[in-house]
Amino acid sequence: MRLEVGKIFIEDIRFGESTHVEKGTLYVNEKELIDLFIEDDRIKSAKIELAKPGESIRITPVKDVLEPRVKVSGGGTNFPGVVGNKVKQVGEGRTHVLSGAAVVTVGKIVGFQEGIVDMTGIGADYTPFSKMLNICVVIEPEEGIESHAYEAAAREAGLVVTNFIGEAGRNIEPDEIEVFETKGIIEQAKMYPNLPRIGYVCMLQSQGLLHDTYVYGVDAKKIIPTLMNPTEFMDGAVISGNCVASCDKIPTYLHQNDPIIEELFEKHGKELNFMGVIITNENVFLADKERCSDGVAKLARLMDLDGVIITEEGYGNPDTDLMMNCKKVEQNGIKTVLVTDEFPGRDGKSESLADAVKEADALVSCGQGNIVITMPPMDKVIGTLEDIETMIGGYDGSLKEDGSIEAEIQIIISATSAFGCNKLTARMH
Amino acid sequence: MSKLKVVHYINNFFAGIGGEEKADIPPREMEGFVGPGMALNNSLGDEAEIVATVVCGDSYYAENLEKAEADLLEMIKKYDADLFISGPAFNAGRYGVACGAIAKAVEEKLGIPSVTAMYEENPGVDMFKKDLYIITTGNSAADMRKAVKKLGEFALKLVKDEEIGTPEAEGYHVRGIRTNYFHEKRGAKRAVEMMLKKVNNLPYETEYEMPDFGNVTPMPAIMDLSDKKIALVTSGGVVPTDNPDRIESSSATKYGIYDISEYDSMPADKFTTIHGGYDRTYALQDINRVVPLDVMRDLEKEGVIGELADYYIATTGTGTSVGNARGFGEEYSKKLLADGVQAVIVTST
Repeated sequence: MRLEVGKIFIEDIRFGESTHVEKGTLYVNEKELIDLFIEDDRIKSAKIELAKPGESIRITPVKDVLEPRVKVSGGGTNFPGVVGNKVKQVGEGRTHVLSGAAVVTVGKIVGFQEGIVDMTGIGADYTPFSKMLNICVVIEPEEGIESHAYEAAAREAGLVVTNFIGEAGRNIEPDEIEVFETKGIIEQAKMYPNLPRIGYVCMLQSQGLLHDTYVYGVDAKKIIPTLMNPTEFMDGAVISGNCVASCDKIPTYLHQNDPIIEELFEKHGKELNFMGVIITNENVFLADKERCSDGVAKLARLMDLDGVIITEEGYGNPDTDLMMNCKKVEQNGIKTVLVTDEFPGRDGKSESLADAVKEADALVSCGQGNIVITMPPMDKVIGTLEDIETMIGGYDGSLKEDGSIEAEIQIIISATSAFGCNKLTARMH
Repeated sequence: MSKLKVVHYINNFFAGIGGEEKADIPPREMEGFVGPGMALNNSLGDEAEIVATVVCGDSYYAENLEKAEADLLEMIKKYDADLFISGPAFNAGRYGVACGAIAKAVEEKLGIPSVTAMYEENPGVDMFKKDLYIITTGNSAADMRKAVKKLGEFALKLVKDEEIGTPEAEGYHVRGIRTNYFHEKRGAKRAVEMMLKKVNNLPYETEYEMPDFGNVTPMPAIMDLSDKKIALVTSGGVVPTDNPDRIESSSATKYGIYDISEYDSMPADKFTTIHGGYDRTYALQDINRVVPLDVMRDLEKEGVIGELADYYIATTGTGTSVGNARGFGEEYSKKLLADGVQAVIVTST
């Protein structure tokens, strides 16, 4: 599949009479955006707030972050299977991106796992979203709403708003166009016969309600490993419905901008032959883990790969899936590199992973999530601070009187996401 | 400005008291520096000085761990030192262990920054590297001059609270502590680079070596439970509704012991779950799903088990460090044993 990704650089976001892009500024109209989802009777009220890099703003609890994109040509629509009622194959043609802007869904906590995005200060250093121009969709759920219904309502609102904003880029000439292409397996292998054939095994969070991912609208709990073209991710085929520990979270934005896919394309045709993506899940039942890790190894062998990079979302339970995938792939004579984050306790002295296999001899670390930092108070809070002490990474006494927060970096969105989007790492001292 | 005060620990041999025949001497103190303390004092320069030296025989320390430590701490306390240094012990095993033990005790119990030095094969390294900075040295006193210089310079950094760099840069043994830093390249880029090395059979270095969790040999299976006292333990985060012990929803630093003697089933209005790693909806509907009290009471009435303990023990499993979990287990198993519990059912989530 061949996809042209046209980036429209957004330098500023502002409220305006209508939602449109003009000379690098994205204007959003609050009523237009809210009207898209306010009829949903799971939602009591909502508002839109803007947050820009460097501003003294704390956004919390954050549920998802999404990037506004639009499919200009090539069949299918952005976020297939989850917005509107059409689901068609995506990943080809041309897609425009409002690059630099992001939609953030915010509201009272659903589970314990939502997190913080600080736009300045030490907390901002840990999240990629402090560098984005954020359009925050702040949602108040109906009284007494059931948690799964609230999660779904917030997720759907985020998708529909992001999709609408993305439309504003349809007829704008992109500032930069990049072409990404992988061919059918046999043709791709023949194209660079002397380069190592590398695949990307992308593990999707699917531990269950409040920890879910969707592929073309299908709950990832229900899939068995399958192949995907890397460009399908760029058209929103994989979206997040997941409240896993914030530091570990792969929000929709990062599925759309998968760093492993980006880095593999960087070297594609030069040092390696990027053959494609194998997606799999992280179900909690042992039978599923066995079935899916077998499936991953089988697909890697069918694709005749020389090596795979395996990433995970989450920690603890899915560390077992990570190790099972690694072991079985290696036993099939295919080399692996694992990417994960670590949880060795606040003093850094415990084991970082919940499981280990000797085949996992090549691991890239995205940092340890247990260290405690103090984030200074912010002038403005988008959302609410009332849940901080029960959020993962928080504890009794985390929220100080002056508004500063002392907590593990687990509480910061995507601080240690286990697929290498950040520069944070860890070493033995 | 007055000089920082340092207390130095050495053994019978380096104190010039005697060799192996004097390894059984009990602790004693002397003013100023003794033996290699002179060179160490020089390496501390103008900023600090050794005000006292405490000495103990290597075998005395090994055979009287608690008393030696207690007596030495008594002696060290009065100097109101800013810094404590023990060794260097090179490859002398008993000396290395004593150096590590006393430095750790001084740091933990007197709150004085402490550092020691020894050779990599000294058993003291593995025993104390997580608790202390241990400077690397050669394997014999032939390395004394260099070792003492390194030790003194590092000790000054430590007491002045200066930033301590990597083990390689500063010359201390790798402590086994995972420490964050920002790399110049993002993880995904490093992953692709590592993949290319591995697939091209070039040398590469993993960023984290697989841990060895060790194996715990299970106790033999109990064939007949009818006369046994059983306790329930859970990592599912089930606690009384107000979470009186403030157990965290992830990365727990504590566990709790809660009375269930008056219940035949876990009451939803008295208990809740605060575990942050699973969807709590079904647990909140019926807490017996995580702490199966109802079934245990049935088994008790039917005589399948002899007796259920009056309490259950709980913590949160998700994100909780292995070190903490190990510590909890070591601690509460003493109580379980003291209360006559013979078997435990652990529910995890």
